[in-house]
Amino acid sequence: MNGILDFAIGFAQLCFVLAMAFAAIRVLRGPRAQDRILALDTFYVNGMMTLLALGIRSGSTMYFDVALLIALFGFVGSIALSKFLLRGEAIEP
Amino acid sequence: MTGDSLPAWASIIAAVLLVVGGLCTALGSLGLLRLPSFYARMHGPSMGNTLGLGCVLLASMLLASVTSGKAVVHEVLITVFVVTTSPITAMLLMQASVRRPKVPPAG
Repeated sequence: MNGILDFAIGFAQLCFVLAMAFAAIRVLRGPRAQDRILALDTFYVNGMMTLLALGIRSGSTMYFDVALLIALFGFVGSIALSKFLLRGEAIEP
Repeated sequence: MTGDSLPAWASIIAAVLLVVGGLCTALGSLGLLRLPSFYARMHGPSMGNTLGLGCVLLASMLLASVTSGKAVVHEVLITVFVVTTSPITAMLLMQASVRRPKVPPAG
Protein backbone atom coordinates (compact mmCIF):
# COMPACT_ATOMS: atom_id res chain seq x y z
CA MET A 1 0.00 0.00 0.00
CA ASN A 2 2.95 2.32 0.51
CA GLY A 3 3.72 2.06 -3.19
CA ILE A 4 0.89 4.47 -3.96
CA LEU A 5 2.21 6.94 -1.40
CA ASP A 6 5.76 6.64 -2.73
CA PHE A 7 4.55 7.31 -6.24
CA ALA A 8 2.46 10.28 -5.12
CA ILE A 9 5.33 11.85 -3.19
CA GLY A 10 7.66 11.40 -6.15
CA PHE A 11 5.10 12.89 -8.50
CA ALA A 12 4.52 15.86 -6.20
CA GLN A 13 8.25 16.52 -5.92
CA LEU A 14 8.59 16.36 -9.70
CA CYS A 15 5.75 18.89 -10.06
CA PHE A 16 7.35 21.23 -7.51
CA VAL A 17 10.72 21.09 -9.22
CA LEU A 18 9.02 21.79 -12.55
CA ALA A 19 7.21 24.76 -10.99
CA MET A 20 10.51 26.06 -9.57
CA ALA A 21 12.03 25.80 -13.04
CA PHE A 22 9.13 27.81 -14.52
CA ALA A 23 9.54 30.49 -11.87
CA ALA A 24 13.30 30.62 -12.45
CA ILE A 25 12.77 31.09 -16.19
CA ARG A 26 10.38 33.94 -15.42
CA VAL A 27 12.94 35.53 -13.07
CA LEU A 28 15.49 35.50 -15.86
CA ARG A 29 13.09 36.58 -18.63
CA GLY A 30 10.71 38.96 -16.85
CA PRO A 31 10.45 42.20 -18.76
CA ARG A 32 10.06 44.43 -15.71
CA ALA A 33 11.02 44.39 -12.06
CA GLN A 34 7.59 43.45 -10.73
CA ASP A 35 7.58 40.30 -12.87
CA ARG A 36 10.83 39.23 -11.28
CA ILE A 37 9.55 39.91 -7.76
CA LEU A 38 6.40 37.91 -8.43
CA ALA A 39 8.47 35.06 -9.81
CA LEU A 40 10.75 35.13 -6.74
CA ASP A 41 7.67 34.97 -4.53
CA THR A 42 6.45 31.91 -6.43
CA PHE A 43 9.94 30.43 -6.27
CA TYR A 44 10.21 30.47 -2.49
CA VAL A 45 6.72 29.05 -2.04
CA ASN A 46 7.64 26.19 -4.37
CA GLY A 47 10.89 25.58 -2.50
CA MET A 48 8.94 25.46 0.74
CA MET A 49 6.59 22.85 -0.71
CA THR A 50 9.53 20.77 -1.91
CA LEU A 51 10.82 20.75 1.65
CA LEU A 52 7.39 19.74 2.94
CA ALA A 53 7.24 16.81 0.52
CA LEU A 54 10.73 15.80 1.65
CA GLY A 55 9.50 15.93 5.25
CA ILE A 56 6.57 13.67 4.41
CA ARG A 57 8.95 11.24 2.72
CA SER A 58 11.39 11.07 5.61
CA GLY A 59 8.85 11.31 8.42
CA SER A 60 10.91 13.86 10.34
CA THR A 61 9.62 17.16 11.73
CA MET A 62 12.82 19.08 11.12
CA TYR A 63 11.83 19.98 7.56
CA PHE A 64 8.67 21.58 8.88
CA ASP A 65 10.66 24.15 10.87
CA VAL A 66 12.79 24.94 7.84
CA ALA A 67 9.64 25.41 5.75
CA LEU A 68 8.17 27.77 8.34
CA LEU A 69 11.37 29.82 8.35
CA ILE A 70 11.38 29.99 4.55
CA ALA A 71 7.77 31.23 4.63
CA LEU A 72 8.60 33.95 7.19
CA PHE A 73 11.75 35.27 5.55
CA GLY A 74 10.39 34.98 2.03
CA PHE A 75 7.38 37.07 2.99
CA VAL A 76 9.62 39.74 4.53
CA GLY A 77 11.80 39.80 1.42
CA SER A 78 8.85 40.08 -0.97
CA ILE A 79 7.31 42.88 1.10
CA ALA A 80 10.62 44.77 1.21
CA LEU A 81 11.11 44.51 -2.55
CA SER A 82 7.51 45.57 -3.24
CA LYS A 83 7.83 48.55 -0.89
CA PHE A 84 11.01 49.53 -2.64
CA LEU A 85 9.23 49.49 -5.99
CA LEU A 86 6.27 51.38 -4.55
CA ARG A 87 8.05 54.14 -2.64
CA GLY A 88 11.68 54.11 -3.64
CA GLU A 89 12.86 52.96 -0.20
CA ALA A 90 12.05 49.91 1.88
CA ILE A 91 11.94 51.44 5.39
CA GLU A 92 10.56 54.93 5.56
CA PRO A 93 11.90 57.30 8.22
CA MET B 1 9.82 6.04 5.18
CA THR B 2 6.51 6.94 6.74
CA GLY B 3 5.73 3.90 8.84
CA ASP B 4 4.96 0.43 7.49
CA SER B 5 1.72 0.14 9.48
CA LEU B 6 -0.03 2.93 7.64
CA PRO B 7 -3.69 2.07 6.97
CA ALA B 8 -4.85 1.96 3.38
CA TRP B 9 -7.39 4.78 3.56
CA ALA B 10 -4.79 7.22 4.90
CA SER B 11 -2.35 6.29 2.15
CA ILE B 12 -4.94 6.73 -0.58
CA ILE B 13 -6.28 10.05 0.71
CA ALA B 14 -2.76 11.43 1.20
CA ALA B 15 -1.70 10.24 -2.26
CA VAL B 16 -4.68 11.92 -3.91
CA LEU B 17 -4.03 15.14 -1.99
CA LEU B 18 -0.36 15.12 -2.96
CA VAL B 19 -1.06 14.52 -6.65
CA VAL B 20 -3.73 17.25 -6.75
CA GLY B 21 -1.45 19.66 -4.91
CA GLY B 22 1.45 18.97 -7.25
CA LEU B 23 -0.72 19.47 -10.32
CA CYS B 24 -2.18 22.74 -8.99
CA THR B 25 1.29 24.06 -8.21
CA ALA B 26 2.71 23.14 -11.59
CA LEU B 27 -0.30 24.69 -13.36
CA GLY B 28 -0.01 27.92 -11.35
CA SER B 29 3.65 28.29 -12.18
CA LEU B 30 3.00 27.40 -15.81
CA GLY B 31 0.52 30.28 -15.84
CA LEU B 32 3.25 32.52 -14.44
CA LEU B 33 5.46 31.49 -17.33
CA ARG B 34 2.95 31.53 -20.19
CA LEU B 35 0.42 34.32 -19.64
CA PRO B 36 0.92 37.47 -21.71
CA SER B 37 0.78 40.46 -19.35
CA PHE B 38 1.78 41.16 -15.76
CA TYR B 39 -1.77 41.58 -14.50
CA ALA B 40 -2.70 38.21 -16.00
CA ARG B 41 0.42 36.61 -14.54
CA MET B 42 -0.64 37.76 -11.08
CA HIS B 43 -3.45 35.19 -10.97
CA GLY B 44 -1.64 31.93 -11.63
CA PRO B 45 0.68 31.70 -8.62
CA SER B 46 -1.65 33.39 -6.17
CA MET B 47 -4.42 30.84 -6.68
CA GLY B 48 -2.67 27.72 -7.90
CA ASN B 49 0.13 27.84 -5.39
CA THR B 50 -2.12 28.56 -2.44
CA LEU B 51 -4.40 25.65 -3.35
CA GLY B 52 -1.43 23.33 -3.88
CA LEU B 53 0.09 24.36 -0.57
CA GLY B 54 -3.20 23.69 1.19
CA CYS B 55 -3.39 20.20 -0.30
CA VAL B 56 0.19 19.33 0.60
CA LEU B 57 -0.22 20.60 4.15
CA LEU B 58 -3.43 18.60 4.58
CA ALA B 59 -1.62 15.46 3.39
CA SER B 60 1.27 16.13 5.74
CA MET B 61 -1.07 16.70 8.67
CA LEU B 62 -3.03 13.52 7.92
CA LEU B 63 0.08 11.34 7.62
CA ALA B 64 1.69 12.75 10.77
CA SER B 65 -1.53 12.30 12.74
CA VAL B 66 -2.07 8.71 11.58
CA THR B 67 1.57 7.76 12.12
CA SER B 68 1.87 9.17 15.63
CA GLY B 69 -1.64 8.18 16.73
CA LYS B 70 -2.63 11.63 17.97
CA ALA B 71 -3.71 14.84 16.28
CA VAL B 72 -0.73 16.77 14.90
CA VAL B 73 -1.83 20.24 13.89
CA HIS B 74 1.33 22.33 13.74
CA GLU B 75 1.12 22.51 9.93
CA VAL B 76 -1.83 24.84 10.46
CA LEU B 77 0.78 27.49 11.31
CA ILE B 78 2.16 27.50 7.77
CA THR B 79 -1.34 27.43 6.27
CA VAL B 80 -2.54 30.41 8.30
CA PHE B 81 0.64 32.34 7.64
CA VAL B 82 0.71 31.79 3.89
CA VAL B 83 -3.03 32.36 3.43
CA THR B 84 -2.71 35.60 5.38
CA THR B 85 0.41 36.96 3.73
CA SER B 86 0.06 35.95 0.10
CA PRO B 87 -2.75 38.48 -0.63
CA ILE B 88 -0.71 41.24 1.08
CA THR B 89 2.23 40.59 -1.21
CA ALA B 90 -0.05 40.46 -4.26
CA MET B 91 -1.75 43.72 -3.27
CA LEU B 92 1.52 45.59 -2.73
CA LEU B 93 2.98 44.32 -6.00
CA MET B 94 -0.17 45.34 -7.85
CA GLN B 95 -0.05 48.85 -6.34
CA ALA B 96 3.61 49.15 -7.22
CA SER B 97 2.93 48.03 -10.77
CA VAL B 98 0.04 50.49 -11.17
CA ARG B 99 1.99 53.46 -9.83
CA ARG B 100 5.31 52.84 -11.52
CA PRO B 101 6.03 55.02 -14.55
CA LYS B 102 5.54 53.24 -17.81
CA VAL B 103 8.57 52.60 -19.93
CA PRO B 104 8.30 53.91 -23.49
CA PRO B 105 7.82 51.09 -25.99
CA ALA B 106 11.12 49.95 -27.34
CA GLY B 107 11.65 50.87 -30.98
